[in-house]
Amino acid sequence: MAMAIKASLLLLVFLSSAIVSFSLYEDQVGLMDWHQRYIGKVKHAVFHTQKAGRKRVIVSTEENVVASLDLRHGEIYVITLSSQGSTLRAWNLPDGQMVWETSLHSAQISKSLLSVPINLKVDKDYPILAFGGGYLHAVSAIDGERVLQPPESSIIYVLGFLHSSEAVVYQIDSKTGEVVAEKSMVFPDGFSGAVSSVSSDKIVVLDSTRSILVTIGFLDGDISFQKTPVSDLVEDSGNAEILSPLLSNMVAVKVNRRTIFVRVGGEGKLEVVDSLSDETAMSVSLPVADDQVAFASAHHEGSKIQLMVKLVDDLETVLLRESIEMDQHRGRVDKVFINNYIKTDMSNGFRALIVMEDHSLLLLQQGAIVWSREEGLASVTDVTTAELPVEKDGVSVAKVEHTLVDWLKGHMLKLKGSLLLASPEDVAAIQEMRMKSSGRSKLTRDHNGFRKLFIALTRAGKLFALHTGDGRIVWSMLLNSPSKSEACERPSGISLYQWQVPHHHAMDENPSVLVVGRCGSDSSAPGVLSFVDVYTGKEISSSDIGHSVVRVMPLPFTDSTEQRLHLIADTEGHVHLYPKTSEALSIFQREFQNVYWYTVEGDDGIIRGHGMKSSCAGETADEYCFTTKELWTVVFPSESEKIISTLTRKPNEVVHTQAKVNTDQDLLYKYVSRNLLFVATVSPKGAGEIGSVTPEESALVVYLIDTITGRILHRLSHQGCQGPVHAVFSENWVVYHYFNLRAHKYEVTVVEIYDQSRAENKNVWKLVLGKHNLTAPISSYSRPEMFTKSQSYFFAQSVKTIAVTSTAKGITSKQLLIGTIGDQILALDKRFVDPRRTLNPSQAEKEEGIIPLTDSLPIIPQSYITHSLKVEGLRGIVTAPAKLESTTHVFAYGVDLFYTRLAPSKTYDSLADDFSYALLLITIVALVAAIYITWVISEKKELSEKWR
Amino acid sequence: MPNLTLVLFLSTLLFSSSFAFQSDELLLDDEEFGLEGGSHPRSPEPVITDSPPKQTPSIRRRYSDPDLDSKIQFTLEHAFGDSDFSSAGTFSARLKTWSHGGQTLTKLRFARNEFSDEEKHAFQNLLKGDDFYRIRLPSNVVTPPGREYVIASVRARCLPRDGLDEHIAIHMDGANILAVSYGSPGACPYPRQLKLPGKWTFNSHTILKSSEQAPRTPIFTEEILGSSENMEGEAEAPVERSFWAKYWMYLIPLGLIVMNAVTQASNMAEEQPAGSQGQAPAAIHRGSAPRRR
Repeated sequence: MAMAIKASLLLLVFLSSAIVSFSLYEDQVGLMDWHQRYIGKVKHAVFHTQKAGRKRVIVSTEENVVASLDLRHGEIYVITLSSQGSTLRAWNLPDGQMVWETSLHSAQISKSLLSVPINLKVDKDYPILAFGGGYLHAVSAIDGERVLQPPESSIIYVLGFLHSSEAVVYQIDSKTGEVVAEKSMVFPDGFSGAVSSVSSDKIVVLDSTRSILVTIGFLDGDISFQKTPVSDLVEDSGNAEILSPLLSNMVAVKVNRRTIFVRVGGEGKLEVVDSLSDETAMSVSLPVADDQVAFASAHHEGSKIQLMVKLVDDLETVLLRESIEMDQHRGRVDKVFINNYIKTDMSNGFRALIVMEDHSLLLLQQGAIVWSREEGLASVTDVTTAELPVEKDGVSVAKVEHTLVDWLKGHMLKLKGSLLLASPEDVAAIQEMRMKSSGRSKLTRDHNGFRKLFIALTRAGKLFALHTGDGRIVWSMLLNSPSKSEACERPSGISLYQWQVPHHHAMDENPSVLVVGRCGSDSSAPGVLSFVDVYTGKEISSSDIGHSVVRVMPLPFTDSTEQRLHLIADTEGHVHLYPKTSEALSIFQREFQNVYWYTVEGDDGIIRGHGMKSSCAGETADEYCFTTKELWTVVFPSESEKIISTLTRKPNEVVHTQAKVNTDQDLLYKYVSRNLLFVATVSPKGAGEIGSVTPEESALVVYLIDTITGRILHRLSHQGCQGPVHAVFSENWVVYHYFNLRAHKYEVTVVEIYDQSRAENKNVWKLVLGKHNLTAPISSYSRPEMFTKSQSYFFAQSVKTIAVTSTAKGITSKQLLIGTIGDQILALDKRFVDPRRTLNPSQAEKEEGIIPLTDSLPIIPQSYITHSLKVEGLRGIVTAPAKLESTTHVFAYGVDLFYTRLAPSKTYDSLADDFSYALLLITIVALVAAIYITWVISEKKELSEKWR
Repeated sequence: MPNLTLVLFLSTLLFSSSFAFQSDELLLDDEEFGLEGGSHPRSPEPVITDSPPKQTPSIRRRYSDPDLDSKIQFTLEHAFGDSDFSSAGTFSARLKTWSHGGQTLTKLRFARNEFSDEEKHAFQNLLKGDDFYRIRLPSNVVTPPGREYVIASVRARCLPRDGLDEHIAIHMDGANILAVSYGSPGACPYPRQLKLPGKWTFNSHTILKSSEQAPRTPIFTEEILGSSENMEGEAEAPVERSFWAKYWMYLIPLGLIVMNAVTQASNMAEEQPAGSQGQAPAAIHRGSAPRRR
């Protein structure tokens, strides 16, 4: 009987999962998902506080975001993404609507400059001067038309450099745009570095040796150079660097780990007026009352930030000196923007917006942090997951105590909600109650594995642990260089790996992650390793590894403390084993012969396979360094193919079954190999933008390469197609997205690989008698007998990234998660991209769930897992399995962050959150009571019958 | 010892030939080449060379334009473990130039040099150490070595069988060699046993592979879809399944019920004689419960 119930339940589950679309109700939004908006590292900020009403600061960031932040709370008010380079845009301030847009036609991308009159008012027509691509543009502020309207003085001076050794001054008539006069002068030493514009007719630059300050005067079109060696200003000077802030008649020079302020006199005479430590950030000068100009400087001292506002003319006068305690380590101050306001006592007050080294944004006022935003999370580079600590007996988790009244109220509300009588406030209250009761933000592991940590590494080299329950930051840690040398003060983060995941033995060890960083942007720069405890967020240890990092390869071996062995390849072709313990070395030496790796040289179009050879020779080498030998190469012809995408399977992916049953009771064996590499190449001509070539000129070729032997297992060319290719590789299939130039549409192709060598194992008797080769080890050296099935479909949307859901045991059917160009995520069942789809599937095929073939993939609006939200600037999607087989965690990152929990085949293995246990209990009790009563009655009846 | 070379080819199934010395003469005609070789006593294994279907081998190439259709040769080099590469054999083929500018390699033949004593010794060392036997080919056959050599390698223990079996798949793109897959023609499971070859002759299988064209995405109009659905209605007769396949879900419970009934009946029969009045129902209850499971 129980079996029958189970079977019927299962049937029910299957029936309900047969409904394709995934969707949720309005009141379910925010129950499992969260969304956080960020803007990125602030580049420029303009305060907007003059008028009454909302006080705001408008910022533009490195993620190409223009945003308006509320000064009181730091909430994002208006957000707009802007493109880089050649477009000028004006926005209406209150609502962020675009007023006009002008594109500056320029052939080549160059550093563009923009000069905007300071008092920009909409009703007056000021020209905005923009320089880009070798052209100077004057643009009207009203409608963005390119005009040449006369400002007060009608001559515009333009100073430029030619070949970085010749200064040219143009005088341009601002009415007509004609060049009135042009003068040039060669400076033999050459210029370098930033330019500081000191006054309307003077600028200061550095010469190419970075040791002489050159003042260039261009009064009335005459150029004059004046050289002042830096060593005259400060003793014992090294390379100097001009800092960019605009200070009138003053230039700030960073030299010798100090920042010196140099006043530029009337005749170009330079004198040092002040010096500060080099960890000081300075703001642009700001006019305050009585024709005075002030600027702010901020620097880091211990755990405090010292903020000072001084007058430019009189550096002795300090208008404001504040020291602000920081709540956590955020590195140095990177940028300061100040704004003044009139205090209640009619004196001048200042507020400062500071950008820290970890890209976080803080507003300081009256010696306190008004608000702070973790803008580092807008530039996540790598994500991994980690478990939370197990709930221990001693540690009691505070439970929300309910009084009877509260309890009754809650149930009344729920009842109201279910009877559709609830008002919006009630709905909100129900929502809140649900959130609380589910305990989803607790900091301990739960039975279903819904509570986890997402560890995110940002470009600034900061590590964040985000709780899946509510998205809050559990801990954060800024990477430090272990050696504190000058060359590597702050390493940049590259990637994250699971270093230690204790489960069998070593249970009392905390899990840890490995953060691989690099000192500098160059790939040959030395790497830095840092090991971080996941529970506490503390750095366990860190080390300068003294070699570069090209590739980090986690090996499938762990030592006795569950530390995973990693190989790190450097630019010289050596590999280094980590952890550097003798135990790890002995484990590695056992498998020495069976370790292979490959490198992709994208620029040369060569893929090389390597095997281990021997220990490194040489004095610097230690026993953990190994040389490798080249085992195979694949050389793509440079004139016809260029690598645009490579992809492997996720190393920790679980495949539940090797076999796939066909409709005609036939068995297909999946070719499941961890050593497959998907490579996509296009014709070099077609590597540019879509539509830049004709279909005849462009071809896309995809390969599946075995990375042990270098065999090309599958090769398919798509004529008339073009990248960019976005692909996802899972189990035995690859799905990739590209553009078809002939059809003028995007296409998605699926390739599934099946193993032929095991195809004979279909006979049941063979399996029973053990005459099969299913348990035989698979070797890459055997000749592969495999076949592929593939099919292409049109897809209506442009794609930014594709991922696939992953579950704990791999039983649940998979969904593709497609990050669309609209920054949303679409969940598409893998069944839609099945190569076995036919035009009219047979009854048996239909029963199996094969969908009739269509030429394009459907986009069902309900299957957007981001529902109404947008993940601004979407870059990547990460999936991680929960303990519950049906459920998978999805984390999407871009400028914004988004998290949700997905059940691709519905939660067939658990009851819904709002399942009424009380009703079930009551039913059971009632049934038991009924059984007892009927039993008593029947006993009595029987007795009375027997007495008869 | 003269450098004995086996040049083997099979352009048609009729010709199977080899010759004793390696001629570096540029040969222009297939038939000439075939006849010159004559038959050789030691020609145990034919080399399978594939030729694209566009050309039938029986067509005489005598009148073909030599500019468009040229003979080329390129060498296969090998290395034992970490040693330097040395010549191991010669591929000869025809390079056909198409009118649209594309080039294809056809009629590939492979002449494998025999191992010298030194090489035999080196190979035996490889077998002992389970090390790699590596081969390489130029990445461009017209201007060898092209940009770079294309390397492939195999564990030496995978090759020996009766003789030395090798399977070379060359992935081509025009006159470029993208990659070469090299290995034994069969399986080579992991705990590789040390086995010395019976004969020191190579049994070579070579195959040329070019890119496969992706099928075009099917484009359906509404009519096609509609008609196909109609067709489905009339043409698609449900496959007749066996009685058991159809009704197993009814038959199994039925069988269970019948069995249950039978055991019940036998129980009843047992208890009838021994039936006492008061405790009988309880005894029956206890007795039958385990049997029902």
